Amino acid sequence: MTARRLLFALPALALLVAAAGFWAMLSGMQRGSFDPRGVPSALVGREVPRFELAALAGWNKPGLSSADIAAAAREGPVLVNFFASWCVPCLVEHPQLMRLAAEGVPVFGINYHTGTQKDPGAVDWLRRHGDPFRRIGVDVTGRVAVDFGVYGVPETYLIDREGIVRWRMAGPITEQILADEVRPLLRRYR
Amino acid sequence: MKAGDHAGPPRPLRRARLPLVGARGPRPTGGGPSWGARGALRPLALVFFLLCAPAHAVVDPREMLPDPAQEQRARDIGRGLRCLVCQNQSIDDSNADLARDLRRIVRERVAAGDSDAEVVRFVTDRYGDYVLLRPPVNAVTIGLWAAPALILLAGGAGAFAYLRRRRAATPPEAAPLSPEERARLRHLTAE
Repeated sequence: MTARRLLFALPALALLVAAAGFWAMLSGMQRGSFDPRGVPSALVGREVPRFELAALAGWNKPGLSSADIAAAAREGPVLVNFFASWCVPCLVEHPQLMRLAAEGVPVFGINYHTGTQKDPGAVDWLRRHGDPFRRIGVDVTGRVAVDFGVYGVPETYLIDREGIVRWRMAGPITEQILADEVRPLLRRYR
Repeated sequence: MKAGDHAGPPRPLRRARLPLVGARGPRPTGGGPSWGARGALRPLALVFFLLCAPAHAVVDPREMLPDPAQEQRARDIGRGLRCLVCQNQSIDDSNADLARDLRRIVRERVAAGDSDAEVVRFVTDRYGDYVLLRPPVNAVTIGLWAAPALILLAGGAGAFAYLRRRRAATPPEAAPLSPEERARLRHLTAE
């Protein structure tokens, strides 16, 4: 008889497990740490791809190369952020990047273009909202973004002292993500 | 904020320009013939719309390689690669900017003499196995590949066990009716 009772408990148990799974997914989506359409980064655990990008014309920041990132990373972890002026979530994460930059965390910017979509509004956007970046490279052909495995903006990469990519965020760094993920990572790779 | 906002193509920018174009031309409203008024044109429009369907396959002639064999290879490779912006389309089907860039990269590599496997590796090196519409069999995906067989097996085993138990539960052949029972049955059915 107990075996029969167990058989009845099985569906209830399955339901409970499914409910717990859904709850974890939904709360992750709410916090921004889980994205159901998210693509895991192939770059995590590997070296930053080699590149050299020209500066943003009409703006007072130098261009960006992988050597610049490696040099800065020797002092401590750095962030590389792909952004575009037409990208609304970039504006959502902008205050968090400004705060990190003000605290002295090196944040490097790569202005995202694709082969067909350029970003003529980048200078205006930086003037209007502030510029958190130490250096800004313009990825005119979109090839550097492909080398990073970028599939949308914003995307942010954290690079440790050895120049290895440790973390990738596809989507905006909200205050919650900043507190829950970015700050602990910055401490860990300090 | 949802991470799903992780920006798609910059449509708002393009859309924002549209009203400007319209404002210069004649105003669309104000008594002029509208789609509803031109009822006679509707079937024709439908025919044209249906004729348009095959054009959904996006092959921009400017993208094509001059060598048809190489172009065919590039298309076949592209059909197996996921567009990461739209996710359930291949880069060969997708109109997204990123898909176009990836198509161009695939063609460049094919033209440069890479083998199909080398081209695919170039892309998976950057975007991971997720970019493959047909995932490879490995430790992570073995559950995915084995699932249909396992589910079929489990279902079959369940059905087998159920049928066997039901056969075991059927009572043995009943004894023939006694004369009294037979008389009673006749009495009941006669009513």
